[in-house]
Amino acid sequence: MTVQPPQPDITPVNKPWWDALSEGVLTFQTCACGHKWLPPRAECPACLGTGWRWTVASGRAKLVSWTVFHVAYHEAFANRIPYNVAVAELAEGPRMITNVADAPDGSGLRIDMELELALQEEGGTVVARFRSANRR
Amino acid sequence: MSSALSPGQVVIAGIGATAFGKLPGRDTISMNVEACRLALSDAGIEKARVDAVFVKVPTSSREFMYGQKLCEALGLQPKIGGAWDQGGAANIGLISLAAASIAAGQCEIALVCYADNPRTGNKQAYQRPRGNDAIYGWFSTAAGYAMIQQRHAFECGDQTQALGEIAIACRRHGAANPHAQLRLPLGMQQYLASPWVVEPMRRDDCCLVSDGGAAIVVMSADHARRLGVPTPVPVLGLGQCQTSWDVQLRPSLTSTGAKTSGQMAFTMAGLTPADIDVAQIYDCFTITALMTLEDYGFFPPGKGVDYIRDGQIQIGGRLPLNTSGGLLSETGMPGLQLVMEGVRQMRGHANLQVKGARHCLVSNQGGTMHTHSTLILGQ
Repeated sequence: MTVQPPQPDITPVNKPWWDALSEGVLTFQTCACGHKWLPPRAECPACLGTGWRWTVASGRAKLVSWTVFHVAYHEAFANRIPYNVAVAELAEGPRMITNVADAPDGSGLRIDMELELALQEEGGTVVARFRSANRR
Repeated sequence: MSSALSPGQVVIAGIGATAFGKLPGRDTISMNVEACRLALSDAGIEKARVDAVFVKVPTSSREFMYGQKLCEALGLQPKIGGAWDQGGAANIGLISLAAASIAAGQCEIALVCYADNPRTGNKQAYQRPRGNDAIYGWFSTAAGYAMIQQRHAFECGDQTQALGEIAIACRRHGAANPHAQLRLPLGMQQYLASPWVVEPMRRDDCCLVSDGGAAIVVMSADHARRLGVPTPVPVLGLGQCQTSWDVQLRPSLTSTGAKTSGQMAFTMAGLTPADIDVAQIYDCFTITALMTLEDYGFFPPGKGVDYIRDGQIQIGGRLPLNTSGGLLSETGMPGLQLVMEGVRQMRGHANLQVKGARHCLVSNQGGTMHTHSTLILGQ
């Protein structure tokens, strides 16, 4: 049996975000004060208010940085090394941890390169991976 | 601007530590008690005089009311006591808290201590899943620093040589330290051949994982004089700063709390980097030490190689770094060993003593550059 990666801890605050992914949509939070962020929070970390709404992301992003794992800290990743974990900055501003799906060992990755959303399933959960935007 | 805490008003009166490395079967309370006993003995202070106990939370096991549990084992009923969590920055953070409490007259003699047993106990804290992002394979402390290192190389140019020189210096100094956990010198070829852990980070960029405990005694200089403390070391400067944001949310990956924390400490001490003769810089990973030196103002970002190469951060060089081996070679303990080595340098009897050294700079750092604290010691 294949070991699955740790699954997210679903809370009332983040459930809409994970639900949206499962419906094929990446969202982030936008506050009345103008601040936009991820990961999901109950209060805006800028104005501390609760006047925010979910916003659909364009799916365009750029690569802030990445690292390539050559060791597996969890058995689900033992047969995946080397694999990358990246920081993506959405075109709208919020940043998130992700993988660049078409460059597992990191080859061809460049900081600030354009990325596009590539939703994939991971053990029954839809995750927001990206792929290089100009490679095809 | 006037400061309520003046340079030299508070001193480190005593230091103590357990052995470092593998200490199977030792719990953190026992290691803390041994370190406190040795630190009090070094200061020549009776236990009963201690009226404050500040302990950093053991990284690998969180316990309810840990500070009080420790005081019970120490047989102390302090005025002020408790456990504090700032990751590795907590040691100097607690020295600041102790110093401020002493200056405010809230206590007189404080123990600051830390112990953990991740080597023979639980390493999980260092290999942990990073929240819900573990589904992307986002694990460990090292990977967060690798993410920073990659961005640093892009913004500031490739620093491989400088990072190698930092590892080589710490390993040389650790090899000379009979109490160090890793006593194997390292060469540049060997460093460059060291395998990737989380690329661009190599195995030899990463600190040790160690069991052990350490403690220091803090009091006012006046008190130390009255009590006849043999070799009090004055605290000249203290600073702290927190970036707070996790790595992926941080607006800049290449600027750390060291900038503000260092400015606070240098301003309090009335000194500049040029006045520093020896430095104990937190080296959980080589990139941490490099970026700390950048943000402290020793050299501009990306310009470290010229400052660091040709043995300039080794004993005999312009700024000997981590003279007992640091986290890379003496012990992976997060930070208090650096304070202890700073005290030994200022007392003038370190194993690798920097001749004529008058000022020692010590940095502590926690999380993935979430927290930073700075200490400047004098004579």
